[in-house]
Amino acid sequence: MGRFPVLAGADLDVDAGDVVLLSGPNGAGKTSLLRLCAGLLPLRSGAAEVLGCDLAHDRRSLRRRLSFVGHETFCYDDLTVAENLRFAARAVGRGSGEADFAIARVGLGPQANVVHSRLSQGQRRRLAFAIALARDPELLLLDEPHAGLDADGRAVVDEVVRVAAADGRTILIASHELDRVRQLATREVEIVGGQVRSPVGPAPEPVEVSP
Amino acid sequence: MTILREALLVAGKDLRIEARSRVALQQIVPFGGIVLIVFAFALDPDRGLLPRVAPGLFWTAVLLASLLSITRSFSIEEANGARDGLRLSGLDGGAIFLGKAAAVALQLLLLEVVLGLGVVVLYDVSVRGVVLIACTTVVATVALAATGTVYGVLAAGLRARETLVPLLVLPAVTPVVLGGTRAFEAALAGVPSDGWPWVQLLAAFAVLAVVAGVLAFGPLLEEDS
Amino acid sequence: MNARIGVGTKLLGAAAFLSLGALAVFALVVAPPDERQGDAQRLMYVHVPAAWLAYLAFFVTAVASVLWLIPRTRSTTWDLLAGASAEIGVIFTGLALVLGSLWGRPTWGTWWEWDARVTTTAVLFFLYLGYLALRRTGATAQERGTRCAIAALIAFADVPIVHFSVTWWETLHQDATVLDPKLEVNMEGFWMPFTLVWSVFAFTMLYSFLVTVRLRLAELDEGREEKALELAIAERVAVTV
Repeated sequence: MGRFPVLAGADLDVDAGDVVLLSGPNGAGKTSLLRLCAGLLPLRSGAAEVLGCDLAHDRRSLRRRLSFVGHETFCYDDLTVAENLRFAARAVGRGSGEADFAIARVGLGPQANVVHSRLSQGQRRRLAFAIALARDPELLLLDEPHAGLDADGRAVVDEVVRVAAADGRTILIASHELDRVRQLATREVEIVGGQVRSPVGPAPEPVEVSP
Repeated sequence: MTILREALLVAGKDLRIEARSRVALQQIVPFGGIVLIVFAFALDPDRGLLPRVAPGLFWTAVLLASLLSITRSFSIEEANGARDGLRLSGLDGGAIFLGKAAAVALQLLLLEVVLGLGVVVLYDVSVRGVVLIACTTVVATVALAATGTVYGVLAAGLRARETLVPLLVLPAVTPVVLGGTRAFEAALAGVPSDGWPWVQLLAAFAVLAVVAGVLAFGPLLEEDS
Repeated sequence: MNARIGVGTKLLGAAAFLSLGALAVFALVVAPPDERQGDAQRLMYVHVPAAWLAYLAFFVTAVASVLWLIPRTRSTTWDLLAGASAEIGVIFTGLALVLGSLWGRPTWGTWWEWDARVTTTAVLFFLYLGYLALRRTGATAQERGTRCAIAALIAFADVPIVHFSVTWWETLHQDATVLDPKLEVNMEGFWMPFTLVWSVFAFTMLYSFLVTVRLRLAELDEGREEKALELAIAERVAVTV
């Protein structure tokens, strides 16, 4: 991402249980906004609060309560689906039972003992979702979840999002699949040139991120 | 989840990856072995020099191999954004440090057993003072693994990390090489009482390194690169 | 941002230059040569202060690093100061080692001696080099600050450990060998100790001047980076207008 600021003056307000579609051109700052909310990018100026935690000072307590699904799976190539999942689940104090259930939910049962390096793109995305769900997060951050998947894969993503929304989780989805995600989303927000476009509620000060 | 359980989780993860990929077994241990042989080429084996300097050669070989172990410990975190994964995991930074350092230490201990046999066989060394040797090895290994893991995370993600880590680690662990070698010499000379004070020095170093690691690992992991 | 050096700094530089000049006179002309070592001993008047400065510079780097790490006192200046002091420190360390070697050759007969001070200074040199290499991995203080600060502190804590362990080693094998003549000098009369103290003073002035100028340069450099960042932000915002 280099040393240049990606978000400058972004104002956004999201309520619990919202499913928000973040649309906008490539390089607009959608990924950066999600990474900021996940606590992966530092906040250089302005104010931001996620799940009641102040992003400027308290990034770490946030992490157990949210899940991020991006382009990378955050997994280890030499470990199997089940091993990667169990590691992620145990890290937040969940057991193997939850891990195995998540594997089944995304349809990766047959691949449970396949090492990560041998998985296809679609299978990797499902694994990332399984990990995200096994952690039982309040907030789900999805960065282009449909990208690179075939029809079956996309259907799985839609299903996961529907169930997660029904469970009452808050979801932010950055995507180019506007028609698809509009059916799942309760709101839409456009991000262009590092700024949030559509009219939003009373906002905090502008958020500036310089990674 | 307590720090210890989290550390065990991380150590288990690293060791499982090693068991599957066998990089330490198939690459790092042989590297240590060939270093021992290179020493024999560099120093004349016929002059009776090798058994006298064997402790120093042993620790030098271990030190060089440990650089590989440390680099490996962090290169597995490079692929697939695993480092981001560690940050997102919710695991405590100090726990991740303890886990990774413990995994490196265990691999180094395995290496040291093999290299120890190598030294006995290749350099014609007669072993005495086994207790002193064992204690020295354990403490020095903890010191090495801990220091190396701190520098490993410090350089993680940087483009020049493969050359930075050796440059950073080597000067910092000179006391470990010194202490380890002197303690071994005392053991082999049959005067273990000369060696135990060095073990104390190594233990102090190890404690400092572990404390530094537990404190610094979390903030260093958060550093973006 | 004003790129010129302030009056205070210029005065400091002049004072440093003058005191070094005086040192040259004291060291080469006024102070008597040592009985045993002869004129070679005069190298002490540069070697000792250089070594002192090496450690002082590293101490400053460590303090600046602590100030960076504490959130309340964190400021770009501390990171830049740490780097500036380390650069000058590495030069003085190298100088101390070379001068010590030159001094040792006629005195001990060898170019090097593995005693505690020399060995520790050599390790210090490489710790510095590693630190400087680390500094080049980040263009702004934000990027490299924490990493470098922790490296500086680890190195700083390591130096006494290295020194202690080598000293201990020396005492252990001292009884077997004849004590090698160290670079110890019998301080006779007034001018020898005076010149030595003056040399430390003069070099400290030199260090202060060099650090100030180097820090200024670093601030300008950093300012350039910050400005580039501001421009980029402005461009970014302009895209949407």
